[in-house]
Amino acid sequence: MAAAVELEGVNVTFGDFVAVKDANLTIEPGEFFSFLGPSGCGKTTLLRTISGFIEPTRGTVRIGGADMKGIGPNKRPTALIFQNLALFPMMTVAENIGYGLRVRGVPRHERDEKVKNLLIQVALAEHGHKKVSELSGGQKQRVAIARALAVEPSVLLLDEPLSALDLKLRQHMRAELRAIQKRVGITFIYITHDQGEALTMSDRIAVMNAGVIEQVGDGRAVYAEPRTPFVAAFVGENNQIRGRITARDGAMATLDTPLGTLSGRNPVALDVGQEALLFVRPEAMQLRANGTTVGFAGETLDVAYEGSVTHVTLRVKTGQKVMASLGGNPGLALPTPGEHLHLGFRPEDALLLARPERH
Amino acid sequence: MSGSLAFVFGLPLAVVVFFFGLAAYERRTGVATGGGFFQRNGLPIGLYLVLAVGFWAFFIILLPQLAMVDMSFRPKLPPSQMGGPKDLYTLENYRYFLFGSTTSTEEWNWLHIKAFFLTIGVSIVITLINFAICYPLAFHMAQSATAARLRVLLLLLILPYWVNEILRAFAFRVLLSSGGIINQMLMGGGLTSEPIDFLGADVGLYMGLSYAYLLMMIFPLYNAIESLDTNQVEAARDLGAPWWHIHAFIVLPHAKPGIASGCTLVFMLTAGALAAPLVLGGPRTLWFTPIVYDRFYQAFNWPQGAAYAFILLVSCILFVLVVLKAFRLSLGEITR
Repeated sequence: MAAAVELEGVNVTFGDFVAVKDANLTIEPGEFFSFLGPSGCGKTTLLRTISGFIEPTRGTVRIGGADMKGIGPNKRPTALIFQNLALFPMMTVAENIGYGLRVRGVPRHERDEKVKNLLIQVALAEHGHKKVSELSGGQKQRVAIARALAVEPSVLLLDEPLSALDLKLRQHMRAELRAIQKRVGITFIYITHDQGEALTMSDRIAVMNAGVIEQVGDGRAVYAEPRTPFVAAFVGENNQIRGRITARDGAMATLDTPLGTLSGRNPVALDVGQEALLFVRPEAMQLRANGTTVGFAGETLDVAYEGSVTHVTLRVKTGQKVMASLGGNPGLALPTPGEHLHLGFRPEDALLLARPERH
Repeated sequence: MSGSLAFVFGLPLAVVVFFFGLAAYERRTGVATGGGFFQRNGLPIGLYLVLAVGFWAFFIILLPQLAMVDMSFRPKLPPSQMGGPKDLYTLENYRYFLFGSTTSTEEWNWLHIKAFFLTIGVSIVITLINFAICYPLAFHMAQSATAARLRVLLLLLILPYWVNEILRAFAFRVLLSSGGIINQMLMGGGLTSEPIDFLGADVGLYMGLSYAYLLMMIFPLYNAIESLDTNQVEAARDLGAPWWHIHAFIVLPHAKPGIASGCTLVFMLTAGALAAPLVLGGPRTLWFTPIVYDRFYQAFNWPQGAAYAFILLVSCILFVLVVLKAFRLSLGEITR
């Protein structure tokens, strides 16, 4: 079976601006695939390239194995759900959902039947005759999904469709989107800047930065095994400490930092003498009794008690802030602001990555 | 003379000064607070606005029209007999339009009736032509032109209208007359041996009229299309719609109020145009407005002129209302 979407050396430039650089990617049929990145990273451009609104400056887009060069968005087996949904306000809910079928010349009775089924699928059976403006945010969302599914695309593209919803509805829609995807079994390509969305819904995630796909992997991989400093810093909270590698020991390495000698895993095989960044997740931090020397010490700036976890912000001697999420120990004595505190971590929980030159 | 000048300019000035005086008074005393019209503006200013706008609407707009309507139902009399025993309400001016005589109803006044229907009919055609010219341009300006291109286009559209209407009409005459530039080029190129009588065939008139109120069409259209979310066009395209389907079922329905507003303006103005028909009309052309004009200034029959003008006005308004109704638009919508 051909891949759902294949990108081969895709470049998109606008004048001098490189929006997407050398994207190479294979998305499998039936996959829920997310592009995650900050705004302006090129993820929307890439989505519009797949849907056909933008022709790549260089490279090839294949959908279901077929080269899409010169094929317009109205001729591609994709359907796009816009960030603002772009429902047609002058049409009823049913007319919106049936629009794609109407332009395809599907006979009226067949169209009505299909629209009715879709309305039931998205739990809007009673609302077919309504104007779009009479619906709630979540209902509009479901109309947009039904309208896109009506044309039976092989790939559904979603451009941050949940960003306009409130938190609770957003969380509910995540589960619903995932359920719909499982039910219809087609490929979903989802664009978001919200790592929570990407991590909870996706089979795989491509993390993008400045037009470049930095890493592709499942949620665990991009969170626990980031391969670039950007991915380590963007996905989840992370503390980073710069330094220079002084020793290597198998999969581990030691580095010299302004906060003393620290060590961590060395997955990208950095050599002695190389500039590096050490990443430690706040939840990997542990409280240490005064006097121990592994880790670092600093002044407690802020303590936020959340019950199961307590977030502590520390200012270390370089002036940098270090975050720690302490938890799991009900008997733990909470630090107080102003207190001098020692934090440590297990070297296996820390990660060493090459320091990018421009930083 | 200087007394009337002082009145014409002094009175509005006094009104404006009075208004700012009121505003200053209210600011000091702090009358204005939220809520309805009078709460928002304060009683003195609220009252003033109602009276001022009421006065303006009544004396400047309504009263002259009413005077014309009244006049249209009166016979033509020498000034000495006005208000006398012969000054009775009569339909003779309307009778003249239909039958060419103030008394007999034997024969239809075909000349004027034909001119009337020709004017309405040609105005409809010209409105449609205007729409056909302006829609693609307005769509381009509103949806796909870059900011720089848009500025250039707007400038190119507006600049020619700095030239006044009569001059523009005469320019068309120069262009299209028998010895005009177009005929010289046609004959020079060997395309015709005789000059083509563009003006006699009313080509000049229709061109001039089509051109005269183009802006009245393009701006309402542009405004309406500009408010359309580009994503809707893209969504329709993404769902497989060919371009004509997008225009017919997404853009046009959205732009309906703008289309109605533009078409109404162009139709009304074209039907009531005077300069272009006077300057560009051929010898056999009978546009209705010059006939109205002639009633006033050639026949010196003001009551008859008023009746003719009133017929045109009412017909145009009725026509527009019927068309709006047919497209299920309310009058309020076209002002959006």
